[in-house]
Amino acid sequence: MSELFLVARIAGQAVAVASRSVESVVDLGEVTPAPLAARHVLGLATLRSRIVTVIDTAGTLTGEASAAPPRRAIVSAIEGHHYAFVVDALDDVAELAAQPLDPGIALSGHWADAASALVEPAGEAALVIDLAALVPGNLHSRCN
Amino acid sequence: MDDLLQEFIAETRETAEALAGEIVAWEAAPGDRGRLDGIFRFVHTVKGSCGFLDLPRLERLAHAAEDALAEVRDGKRVPDRALVDAVLAIVDRISEIVDAMDRGTPLDDGGEDLLIAALDGSAAPVLETPAAPASPVAARAPMRSVRLGVDLLDRMMSGMSDMVLARNELARRLRAGEVDPSAEAALERLSATVAEMRDTVTRTRMQKIDALFSALPRLVRDTAASVDKRVVLEIEGSDVELDREMIEVMRDPLVHIIRNSIDHGIEDAATRLAAGKPEIGRLTVAARQAGNQIVVEVTDDGHGIDTDRVIAKLVTAGRDERVLRALPERDKLELVFEPGLSTKDGVTAVSGRGVGMDVVRAAIDGIGGRIELDSTPGRGLRVAIHVPLTLSILSTIIVAVAGHRFAIPRGVIEEIVAAHAAGVELDTLGGQRVAMIRGRRLPMVSLAALLGVPAQGRHPSMLVIANVGPGALVIGVDDVLDHEELVTKPAAPPVMSAGIYAGQALPDSGRPMLLIDCAGVAHRAGVNFRREAAVAKVEEVGETPGIEVLTFRDLDGVLRALPLGAIDRIEPVAAHQLHRAGGRLRLLLDGALIPLAALGELPEGAFAALRLRDGSTEVAYAIAEASDIVRLPADLAAPAEPGAIAGVALMGDDPVELVDPLWLLAGHADVAAAERKPLALLDEGEGGWMATFLAPMLRGAGWRVAARLGEGETADVVIRLDAAGDLPAPAGAAIVRLVTDPAAARCGDAIHRYDRAGLLAAVGARLEQRR
Repeated sequence: MSELFLVARIAGQAVAVASRSVESVVDLGEVTPAPLAARHVLGLATLRSRIVTVIDTAGTLTGEASAAPPRRAIVSAIEGHHYAFVVDALDDVAELAAQPLDPGIALSGHWADAASALVEPAGEAALVIDLAALVPGNLHSRCN
Repeated sequence: MDDLLQEFIAETRETAEALAGEIVAWEAAPGDRGRLDGIFRFVHTVKGSCGFLDLPRLERLAHAAEDALAEVRDGKRVPDRALVDAVLAIVDRISEIVDAMDRGTPLDDGGEDLLIAALDGSAAPVLETPAAPASPVAARAPMRSVRLGVDLLDRMMSGMSDMVLARNELARRLRAGEVDPSAEAALERLSATVAEMRDTVTRTRMQKIDALFSALPRLVRDTAASVDKRVVLEIEGSDVELDREMIEVMRDPLVHIIRNSIDHGIEDAATRLAAGKPEIGRLTVAARQAGNQIVVEVTDDGHGIDTDRVIAKLVTAGRDERVLRALPERDKLELVFEPGLSTKDGVTAVSGRGVGMDVVRAAIDGIGGRIELDSTPGRGLRVAIHVPLTLSILSTIIVAVAGHRFAIPRGVIEEIVAAHAAGVELDTLGGQRVAMIRGRRLPMVSLAALLGVPAQGRHPSMLVIANVGPGALVIGVDDVLDHEELVTKPAAPPVMSAGIYAGQALPDSGRPMLLIDCAGVAHRAGVNFRREAAVAKVEEVGETPGIEVLTFRDLDGVLRALPLGAIDRIEPVAAHQLHRAGGRLRLLLDGALIPLAALGELPEGAFAALRLRDGSTEVAYAIAEASDIVRLPADLAAPAEPGAIAGVALMGDDPVELVDPLWLLAGHADVAAAERKPLALLDEGEGGWMATFLAPMLRGAGWRVAARLGEGETADVVIRLDAAGDLPAPAGAAIVRLVTDPAAARCGDAIHRYDRAGLLAAVGARLEQRR
């Protein structure tokens, strides 16, 4: 069964996000830091008179904070709060069929927690990730 | 039932208003069946409701009109002018009664029989009805109301907040580019409308605080009656308006505070008279608006908070008495907010419910408010509750720290001072930064250091004094920028998890801003206002050389200190406890006379005394006021000559003289062997009451006690119980007479037998006279 996916690139890896969980895709402006907030929270940004919490998606997935300034982000509302998940680039929106992950593939970092399936847009494999699992504190981490 | 009645009034009034036109039309065409039916339904409904609500007067009127109209409907009667007039008069009368019910004013029922009689035409031509109701109808308040759920109001408020934010965004966008004057004008108009709407919507949530106060007279009356006291209540400021949610949150705390005042604060009539107060207690509940806050004050003229008793209670609960007694007076008052405290010994029907002031404080803290206590021993207590005007729009102060901006709720800010201002000193005490602000030593947290961001200078330049539940905290920031009203909302969980934020807001600048939770800051920085924890901390860093001392202001105004280990406790002393016995000053404490040492003149009134104990010897040392527990370096500058002062140390920039506890104990204590103990003869024959009850107490106070004199012995004092005054005294002895009847003790030199202090004072005085 196929579904509409947003295909993006995070930490050099192609990922797909189910479009039903995406509210919008934005260019981030200035990000106001939130000291002492959970790890990988970059801060707060304003989008159309609304405050969103900016998440360093690559940092969450790989465990290493990304150095590049956040520019593009996928906005999603999770449990009543709006989050902006920073992505390197947005590739495509496509109707794709999700395939189960091969149990033989061992994913590193938090990829294993966030990724649930695989899609293949234009021949390249993209991991289907669940944005809610990327909110710091929501990860059921296996590794620190 | 009240709700039903209100609904009935509203409904009847609305229908009567709508019917007014119908009735006039029916008058013009009495044969119009449709109009007749409308009027019939009205009186029928009124009749039905009246029966249910038990309003016989209205029911009677409606019933009579219904009967008459039913006859017309059935064709048994032809409507004529007289009937129309009579029905009109009845409908008017119903409206008048309903209005009177709504206003709560009585309305005499004169003429109602005539109105009813006019219906069947048996009465004389209808009286001049238009003249009578004319004035009440004109006076009727044209107030219309609808019933709305609070949910709906909340949604309106939330929508309003979003609208304000959207307007701010729009304003920003417009200003960013070339501004078309007409667009600017439109924005201005939008701004004005939005501001007005915001006020209106805010008002829909407002309610007069009378909703909270109206139940108080009854509460005070019932509470006072249950503890057999008489209390007169004064209420001020009932028309102050407050967010209805706030009113609900404040209801229980206010009731609790009032019950406390009556049960614990205000004394019974006899005690009040004895203290020279009016027999009837006075309780004042006042509300006023102060800027963006509402202050509700409950003031009583009782005996205030008895901090000694509060401390005694906490000690039985396992707290360290020495530490509690060393607290400054202001902090001692705050002890009433400790969990599970009830200063009343017995559980009373009124306030012994296991609900303490800690619960009250938690409720008020929960809505961003704070409680202030102002107790004057013997004179009364004032409890001031400060709460913000509304929950969703918060008045804040914007501060800057290393380029970051944060908002701090204005409600918790006590004061803002510049760090370099006179009377402000920053210091470090046992690893904890403290700010000394005009004599108050407060824990300080540098926001930059807490957040881990590079601060501008070594010290913060502005200090924000925030009231956080159990105490005051100083938050050091680089700058205080502005004051802004913010619509705040909770931040996302990963941000709130920091524990120092209360929410997020979008100020006019368009950059998101976090709202600082001052209590969270204190918690995160490890500032603990519980004294035990503070002491434990000192012990942890115990390796640092030095001695822990209690500093105090001495009678001669000099700042002195005594090693904490030597001090048993601090006692407040009243003048009557002071006795000159055995050639020296003694203090009557816990039934014993303890030698009192002092450097300087003893004051006329009350003062404090430190009790020092070493084994069996005990000495008291008079001081003006205890100030703090600090650690002094062990190496002290030696004094010029040996004596009371063991050395001088520096505390900050102030020299502190360390009093030598050995000098105190060696020089002042009673050395038992050196003094011949005075002998008290308990002259009671076979009774044995005195031997049982008095002997231990007298021995404790340094007397020898005997039931009869031995060979060659002379008694210093003879104590007799209920004896006639004319019995001869043994040679050379003074007599102290005890009586069983307290009334007899009041008129004469006799002492009631359970008056411990009086007895000890009397025997001491007799001894003094003999010498």
